[in-house]
Amino acid sequence: MSPAVQTELERKRVRAHRRRQSKNWSLFLLFAGPNILLILAFIYYPLFSNMYYSTLDWRLGSSTATQIGLENYVAFFTSDSGLEVWRVTGIFTAGAVLGSMILGLLIALVLNKKIPGKTAARTAVFSPYVLSGVGVAMVWNFIFDPTRGGLSHILGFFGISSPEWYLNEDWSLFMVIIVYVWKNLGYCAVVFLAGLQSIPKDLIEAATIDRAGPIRRFVSVTLPLLTPTVFFLLVTNILFSMTNAFDILRTMTPTGHGTNTIIFEIYLQSFGAYQRAGYSAAIAVVLFFTLFFITAVQLRFVERKVHYS
Amino acid sequence: MSLTRSRPPKDDAQRRGIAPEKKPKLTKAERKQMRRGGWLDAFSRQNLADTLLTGYLPIIVALIVIVLPLAWMVSSSFKPPSEIVTLNPTLLPQDPTAGNYSSVVDRVPLLTMFGNSIYVTVVGSSIKVLLAVTTAYALVFIKVPGRNFIFLGILVALMVPPEVSMLPNYLTITGLGGRDTLWGIILPGLGTAFGTFLLRQHFMALPKEMFEAAELDGAGHFRKLFQIAAPVSIPAIATVGLVTVVNEWNSFLWPLVITGSAEKMTLPVGLNLLQSVETQAGSYGILMAGAVIVIAPMLVIFAALQKYIVAGLTQGSVK
Repeated sequence: MSPAVQTELERKRVRAHRRRQSKNWSLFLLFAGPNILLILAFIYYPLFSNMYYSTLDWRLGSSTATQIGLENYVAFFTSDSGLEVWRVTGIFTAGAVLGSMILGLLIALVLNKKIPGKTAARTAVFSPYVLSGVGVAMVWNFIFDPTRGGLSHILGFFGISSPEWYLNEDWSLFMVIIVYVWKNLGYCAVVFLAGLQSIPKDLIEAATIDRAGPIRRFVSVTLPLLTPTVFFLLVTNILFSMTNAFDILRTMTPTGHGTNTIIFEIYLQSFGAYQRAGYSAAIAVVLFFTLFFITAVQLRFVERKVHYS
Repeated sequence: MSLTRSRPPKDDAQRRGIAPEKKPKLTKAERKQMRRGGWLDAFSRQNLADTLLTGYLPIIVALIVIVLPLAWMVSSSFKPPSEIVTLNPTLLPQDPTAGNYSSVVDRVPLLTMFGNSIYVTVVGSSIKVLLAVTTAYALVFIKVPGRNFIFLGILVALMVPPEVSMLPNYLTITGLGGRDTLWGIILPGLGTAFGTFLLRQHFMALPKEMFEAAELDGAGHFRKLFQIAAPVSIPAIATVGLVTVVNEWNSFLWPLVITGSAEKMTLPVGLNLLQSVETQAGSYGILMAGAVIVIAPMLVIFAALQKYIVAGLTQGSVK
């Protein structure tokens, strides 16, 4: 074969490869393009434009804005109102995550027993998780009403007067944590239940034969084997409680007094009374990096250190 | 697995023959131990007290805490104002009335809002599921350089909560003239990272032989997707679809931000409006009727299809 023919063949092969490649590309873009475009336009573009807005002193709807560098960030991390948001977010997240995980684990332990009716019970316990946060919060608004609510009647039966859930900021925060835990604990219970069922039965039986009591069995066998589930739930619950609680917070405490977590503050600052769009964008950027950091820590450390059977 | 006493031992031995790794030779005592695992034994004499105290008692307490608020909501929605403000409330309405429901219709354009919610949920979810299916297919089966990089980009998008994008999206949609319109509610949420991720995992697990046979018959990507990959993945697609439906129906923040007039609001936003106008003590009945209207549809869908919904929402928890 002469070199000329060889290069001719080579060129043909490259051309065929390119044709196939470009045919694949057009098909790929036909199949995945619309979704990729939507994600770029409504998730990535906002992420970066937020970073730009966050450097502005700018009211929503105003046509003028002033460059102020990182002042919005400084304000969020040092001003009293900014630190208050961190305090509220910390308490809400800790209460919501620990509350729903501990109660969820208790329910899962009970549901893990072989008793009839547990499938129906599992369904019922999970159901609040799929319900509208606004609807759920309206129901609890009625229950928490200090004079006519169901809870005030129950407390009155024991001779206790209802706390001022809506006037006292600390009680307000406690109230929204209760509602969030109520809505969320079924999710934790079902995930814990799946974790419990993946624990090999013979390990528990071996511990029983070694005369380990139920508490010893739980602490020495069940809990260590459950660590992957615990870490998974810890991370997802922190992420969820920092972002998903807005409907409950806004419906139960519309002004956000005592309950302005970071997500509520983003809304209140840009669409509430203040209309401080630049400041709101800065908080959104901080929230994104906080979530990114939590996820990165999970991927980097937690995935390796826990026990996977 | 419950092995009852009446089953002959031969059957037991056959079962062991089928799965020898899982069930090695059992001694008589061990077999007895296994039988005790049957649920009927929960009611045997020595276990009865244990079952009631550590099994049913906590479950009943949990169920009361979960179900009572919802029962209270339904019951109160049928109570006249006098039974709402009373200091001695009863669990069931003494004089049931549908007046609260007609009051809701008087206060807000309820039927329009209900229609908006259904429109947004159905159109939004259908497009999202279609996009998730085609994107996941492309990522798995159409070989182009850099597709793993694109997948990584989609994974990162999964981590960005919609709240972070709220302000820029508000400006974009307002700029496009989508403020206070139904398409303005739907459009920013259409890009789907969750569904793409879930279906990609599913498509990757499909046996390659299925597609090789179709390729020999000259099937292109469209046929492979819509005649093979999609039909065998109906349960996974249903899971993605149902989770999407639940999220779209309950979605609150974005519709709240982008709508202004009652005629364009979805139910959660409309109920928020209802709550801000109904501030009298006696109007809790009306608010409960509103809550029933937004909660009941999801409760019905969940009761009927809970298997798929639970699987989708707890995705990632079971390795």
